[in-house]
Amino acid sequence: MTTLTEAPETAAARETPARRRRRVDRLPYLLLLPCLVIIGVLLLWPLGQVVVMSFHQLNNVRQLRGDREWPWVGLGNYAEILSDPFFLTVLRNTVLFAVANVALTMVLGTLVGLLLNRLGRRMAAFVASCVMLAWATPALTGTIVWKWIFDDTSGLVTWLFNALPDGLSQSLFGRSDWTGYGWFNSPLMFFSILTLVVVWHSFPFIAVSVLAGLKSVPSELHEAARVDGAGPWKVFWKITFPLLRPVFGILIVLSTIWDFKVFTQQFVLAGGTQDRPTFMLSIYSYAEAFSPPPKYGLGAAIAVILTLILLVVTGLYVRMVLKQEEDA
Amino acid sequence: MTRRGGGGGAKRLALNGAGLLVALFAAFPVYWMIATSLKPSSEIFSSTPRPVPSEPTFEHYRQILTGNLIPGVTFADFFLNSALVAVSTVVLSGLVALLAATAVARFRFKLRTTFLIMLLVVQMIPLEALVIPLFLMIQRLGLYNTLPSLILTYLGFSLPFAVWMLRGFVAAVPKELEEAAAIDGASRAQTFRKVLFPLVAPGLVATSIFSFITAWNELIFALTFINDQESYTLPVAMTFFFGRDDTAWGPVMAASTLFTLPVIVFFLLVQRRMVSGLVAGAVKG
Repeated sequence: MTTLTEAPETAAARETPARRRRRVDRLPYLLLLPCLVIIGVLLLWPLGQVVVMSFHQLNNVRQLRGDREWPWVGLGNYAEILSDPFFLTVLRNTVLFAVANVALTMVLGTLVGLLLNRLGRRMAAFVASCVMLAWATPALTGTIVWKWIFDDTSGLVTWLFNALPDGLSQSLFGRSDWTGYGWFNSPLMFFSILTLVVVWHSFPFIAVSVLAGLKSVPSELHEAARVDGAGPWKVFWKITFPLLRPVFGILIVLSTIWDFKVFTQQFVLAGGTQDRPTFMLSIYSYAEAFSPPPKYGLGAAIAVILTLILLVVTGLYVRMVLKQEEDA
Repeated sequence: MTRRGGGGGAKRLALNGAGLLVALFAAFPVYWMIATSLKPSSEIFSSTPRPVPSEPTFEHYRQILTGNLIPGVTFADFFLNSALVAVSTVVLSGLVALLAATAVARFRFKLRTTFLIMLLVVQMIPLEALVIPLFLMIQRLGLYNTLPSLILTYLGFSLPFAVWMLRGFVAAVPKELEEAAAIDGASRAQTFRKVLFPLVAPGLVATSIFSFITAWNELIFALTFINDQESYTLPVAMTFFFGRDDTAWGPVMAASTLFTLPVIVFFLLVQRRMVSGLVAGAVKG
């Protein structure tokens, strides 16, 4: 593994002519320059700019172009958002969704990782390839297919529920004819299906990472524990989990970051930005800024709030990666 | 999962059964997308779905590839817009990333660690939060409604990961080769071009695929920066023309298949590196 402490090694230590070494000193900065300019202009500057925008009242695209004044409103946008009861709904949606999705993704992903580790070679290869398909599918088309599966007339799920014996369906759900049933109509159902879509997309990464971690654990440890009479549950919590703790840490943090800002799946499933009861922070910010009438300042303030939440999670992530590089 | 030794056959059966269930759950939507795209409309909308198309037909593919979605604009035009944006992003980001990766993998300099930490941190910036300020920048640069606005944006998004990944590939090339070339009198530029570049090329391909997928799949920015329908990228075109019309599942699935297949092929080529790149923060040599 390339490590932070090891990689810089030799350039200066090795025998090179003094003339070359002097010239080389400036070279790395020159090589970095284009990269730094691009990251600065396209990532760091907008990050600062979104904060600046959140302090202004910006309701017109001409203001963005610089043709009109930017009235300063201080924390006005934040006050407006935080005093709106709707913000609480959005925040609750976002947090509950992220927690549920991270938990489900981690549990399913870990189980599949453990399973792949125990399957025979050919079966493992087959299951892993299928799992890769879910991972590789773009968020956009994956969501469109799930939407088709839940279509209210010819969708597969509608058909499945219609195929239930009428009496059973009637006593369980209070209806036997599911044709025309709006699967996405209640926020709870909408979020359940969105969770299904997002977990389907994200469990493969967890499974494959856990599998990679498992492969690095010496199998003698597991053998020894089993010989001592430990059951699978105990083996996992006493041996596998402690050994893979760093991997799990990073996976949880990455999943949290991803699930906090889900946009594409929600946008496609909801068919745009009209379904306000199911808003989460990222789509809320987008809708405020770009749905007419545009409120760029307000949208920016919501984006800043989202960023601050993720900043905390990111801090954890960076600490973990750095620690791992030191340990390696 | 039962204890090793006890009831071997039943355990194997249970494990394989679980494996098949997982495989079904993971792969079914992809299968269903392709199967639906090949079914005649009558079969798609029948009340009892067929698991396999009884008479596979390419009618939906023909329809989206030849029919005009708006006057004079077909699916192929959106496909080309997307390809143009993605390929430009790949070329620019690969070039810039290679230079930066060489700097961090080959040289020791003062701000090296700072730069690496910054790379990690910027990858965590929620890009969704940058739509509004980047929209402002694109407006000011006069790039609104142009494909370069997207190339520029995706370049910024794909670069940090590309550098992070490439530095492992550069570090894996034995330094001695370059030193030998230098002793033989090759200039710095020659060494780079004739020794380092060919050896890093496979890594560059892998990195490029990630940049390609990033650019190809992106929806939000393309939705925001492009106004004219003939300049839509494929994801925008799909949400715009298909996402809202719930009755055209045949063409929708055909379009989805055409959009998805290149990504799956590319993805399968590089997925190994993704795991090590994201989890370990470094690529093994």
